[in-house]
Amino acid sequence: MAAIDISSVGKIYTGGVRAVSDINLDIKDGEFIVLVGPSGCGKSTLLRMVAGLEAISEGTVKIGDRVVNEVEPADRDIAMVFQNYALYPHMTVRQNLEYGLKNRKTPRAEIDARVNEAARMLEITQYLDRKPRALSGGQRQRVAMGRAIVRKPAAFLFDEPLSNLDAKLRVSMRGEIKRLQRRLGTTSIYVTHDQLEAMTLADRLVVLSGGQIEQVGSPLDVYHTPASTFVASFIGSPAMNLMKAELQGDKLAIGPSLISLNGYAPTSGAVTVGLRAEDLRVVSGDEGMPFTVEYVEELGSQRLAHGVVGDQAVTIALSGEAEITDGMRITIDPSKLHFFDAETGKRLDARAPAKAVAAVAEPVG
Amino acid sequence: MAYTTLQPQAGGFLSRLGFGNKARKKPAAAEEMKRVQFTSPVLPYLFLFPQLAVIIIFFYWPSVQALSSSFYIEDPFGFGSTFVGLSNYTDVIFSSEYQSIALFTAVFTLLVTFLSLSIGLLLAVKADRIIRGASTYKTLLIAIYAIAAPVSGLIGMMIFDQHVGPFVKMMSFFGWHMQVGLNYYDTAFAMTVVAVWKQIPYNFIFFLSGLQNVPVSVREAAMIDCRSGLRRFWTVILPLLAPTAFFLLTINVTYALFDTFGIIDVMVKDKPANNPVTLVYKVYADGFRGNDIGGSSAQSVILMIVVFVLTIFQFRFIERRVHYN
Amino acid sequence: MYRAKFSDHLILILGSLFLCMPVVVAFMTSTHTAADIHSNGLSLAWGDNFIATYEKVLTQKGGFTGDITGARMVMNSLILGIGFAVGKIVLSMMAAYAIVYFRFPMATLSFWVIFTTLLLPLEVRIMPSYQVMSDLGLLNTYTGLIVPLLASATGTFYFRQFFKSVPEELLEAARIDGAGPFKFFIDILVPISRTMIAAIFIIMFVYGWNQYLWPMMMTTDESFFTLMRGIKSILQVWVGSNIPDYNEAFALAVLAMLPPVAIVVIFQSWFIKGLTESDK
Repeated sequence: MAAIDISSVGKIYTGGVRAVSDINLDIKDGEFIVLVGPSGCGKSTLLRMVAGLEAISEGTVKIGDRVVNEVEPADRDIAMVFQNYALYPHMTVRQNLEYGLKNRKTPRAEIDARVNEAARMLEITQYLDRKPRALSGGQRQRVAMGRAIVRKPAAFLFDEPLSNLDAKLRVSMRGEIKRLQRRLGTTSIYVTHDQLEAMTLADRLVVLSGGQIEQVGSPLDVYHTPASTFVASFIGSPAMNLMKAELQGDKLAIGPSLISLNGYAPTSGAVTVGLRAEDLRVVSGDEGMPFTVEYVEELGSQRLAHGVVGDQAVTIALSGEAEITDGMRITIDPSKLHFFDAETGKRLDARAPAKAVAAVAEPVG
Repeated sequence: MAYTTLQPQAGGFLSRLGFGNKARKKPAAAEEMKRVQFTSPVLPYLFLFPQLAVIIIFFYWPSVQALSSSFYIEDPFGFGSTFVGLSNYTDVIFSSEYQSIALFTAVFTLLVTFLSLSIGLLLAVKADRIIRGASTYKTLLIAIYAIAAPVSGLIGMMIFDQHVGPFVKMMSFFGWHMQVGLNYYDTAFAMTVVAVWKQIPYNFIFFLSGLQNVPVSVREAAMIDCRSGLRRFWTVILPLLAPTAFFLLTINVTYALFDTFGIIDVMVKDKPANNPVTLVYKVYADGFRGNDIGGSSAQSVILMIVVFVLTIFQFRFIERRVHYN
Repeated sequence: MYRAKFSDHLILILGSLFLCMPVVVAFMTSTHTAADIHSNGLSLAWGDNFIATYEKVLTQKGGFTGDITGARMVMNSLILGIGFAVGKIVLSMMAAYAIVYFRFPMATLSFWVIFTTLLLPLEVRIMPSYQVMSDLGLLNTYTGLIVPLLASATGTFYFRQFFKSVPEELLEAARIDGAGPFKFFIDILVPISRTMIAAIFIIMFVYGWNQYLWPMMMTTDESFFTLMRGIKSILQVWVGSNIPDYNEAFALAVLAMLPPVAIVVIFQSWFIKGLTESDK
């Protein structure tokens, strides 16, 4: 077990293409870190640099107290779980688990003990003498995890380990990974493009975009105070509504409506406003913003109404029984508004003070 | 590629591995090198050494020698050689014997390619449709796929033997008294038949798998759109087979040019004088028997150029198709 | 649904007859005596000379110098076929491994040096190749018979394609498991290439077994004759003899085609489906 210290790390491929730049990340011993972002954001590259599968162009990576930039992957004391499992197809499950230990000259008795323990933990004992091709996807996934566990490494590295599984299995394996990691207390770095997976697994989330860190924080922090429009639209489902608006003093003009912020004015002029679908409420009378429903998605416990306010697309989350009518009006507690710079997309300020009085939205014209 | 025929039995394999007509199907990523590679100052050379050594000694050295000795006349008794520039080439090209052999080679290649391709296609189309007995037919039609050229030459010689050959006996009823080995045209006929016979299974296999790769849904769509089976074949199936056919075309041309050597050598029984032979046979006969190293080398170089042109031709075609895909 | 017509079967039957009859005739005729064949022609019926003919062909010493038996020729053909196949697999696997799995300055050059050999068949450089062999004193040796045939890139090409299709993560997992270049090659790559190795072995064996021109030039010493070379010499003996040994020639031909035909028939589904489909 060890802390991992990533400082000023960058990756430039031959040919000058920059994949990752200036990543700083302190990972505490035993922490579960999830790197999340869309494909091409550099999350896998970063993980592979920690693993030693990719050379580090800039900066340093420390595992424990040791700078590992020049250390062979086998000597970094890490274990990795791959997306396609990368099990050796010609070896039995037992041989797959043993291979790494044998190469490091672990005594036979020790190997047997560790393999049996890992197999028991993962409930694959009865498959130990089978070849990987005789196993189902979920079982292969367990073997891949077992191969990592028997190493007793300082850190687990997961590279989208669940994306080859079907949806149901993915959920149960997700829980299992979390449980195992808690039990073993091994520092873990987990790469995924699935924000739900990221939210549910992480102690801390690292949202990456274009090779740079957009935000680091606990899942709830990131969800409730996204640092940029990118994070806001990436984390959470349905994605946060982002609307063009204008601040006139402490009045916010969104489409045809005007919301009073009661003295709060993070900036003035054009601004991007974020509104979570579940923070929007339907109001009666002629308060709030006129909302024209285009279609409704039924999720059972919830119904998502997609429509427009003015000419901007908005999604609202309603309870399963809520009625949907033409000419609805919606409103939001101003303290739940997120303000982003219209140009850079960066978050402007902490949220509007809670003392702000419930919105008084006035129709304009 | 043209060189697939160097190993006729292996030819299909090349394409299976994405080299022949299937090259276009490989995604671009497959062409990239591995993300992770080993680096070592000695190991790669150690692994490469045996293969490179064999290739340099037995491929490049002889090839360069062929090129250089094509500019010399060698004393038949081994007392040195004289530089003669291009005269070996001009001698070869302007000799009427060479010209008539080149003509025969061209006609032979054309006939063998056309006949073995069309018979192979016909059988493949029929075998593709049949359900009852399909596997028996397939076994029978590919059984002789890998028989060596000289063996087919020997069998052919027997069938066309003047004394015991059944075909000759049959033909004499029609007043055709075949004299294979003596009569130029009779020998040419027999050679062509044997060469076609040996090549049909190869074309059959490729056409059959080409046909089986035509998606069922496309066939069904065609059934709905077009009533006439023959017309369906010409307008839908055959265009889809075009890549296979083109690949086979170059394979068959190289087969007729080079791989028929065994057939020809056995069938002319070392009496090439009044028998038809191909250019490759002449290279061998002039160099090995006639001891005309310079002339033989010049002929080798000419053949190298022919192969080269064929290869480029195919490369360009594949390139164009990749583009269209 | 297509209903098979009579004409479809007719064409297939004619085609099968055209392709297979000569082989059947060759085998059947080989069971008759030479005199019988001479007077009655080729035969489709079983003769009574099967054992005698094949025993003679396999054991009787023949040739000009009289010290080569059919069994010896079978032996030589086997040595050529197996030696060629094994040599090809060893050399080309190693070369392909270097090309695919190593990063080194001469990689591109080596690649082209090897793959250019695909351009020129042995037939067009046969004379200078012969001279090189004679300069090296390798005429009439197994080395001279086998090694020059290895100078082509076909095997390297197959293995290169195969290695490139091996998932990258396998190498990455092996590296994390502490396997170096040798260990990865022996522990992982060779075992997962087993099917590929078997397929290439079969193809290369048949190719080696079928070699004709090269053995003919390389071997003047009859103890090195292969079956293919034997076919050539049995024909040379015929010239001028009264009753040619038709039966023996046929028997030799049958021996020579036995392995290729057997291999194709046994592995036919693989030949038909596997050969032309892209690898899975």
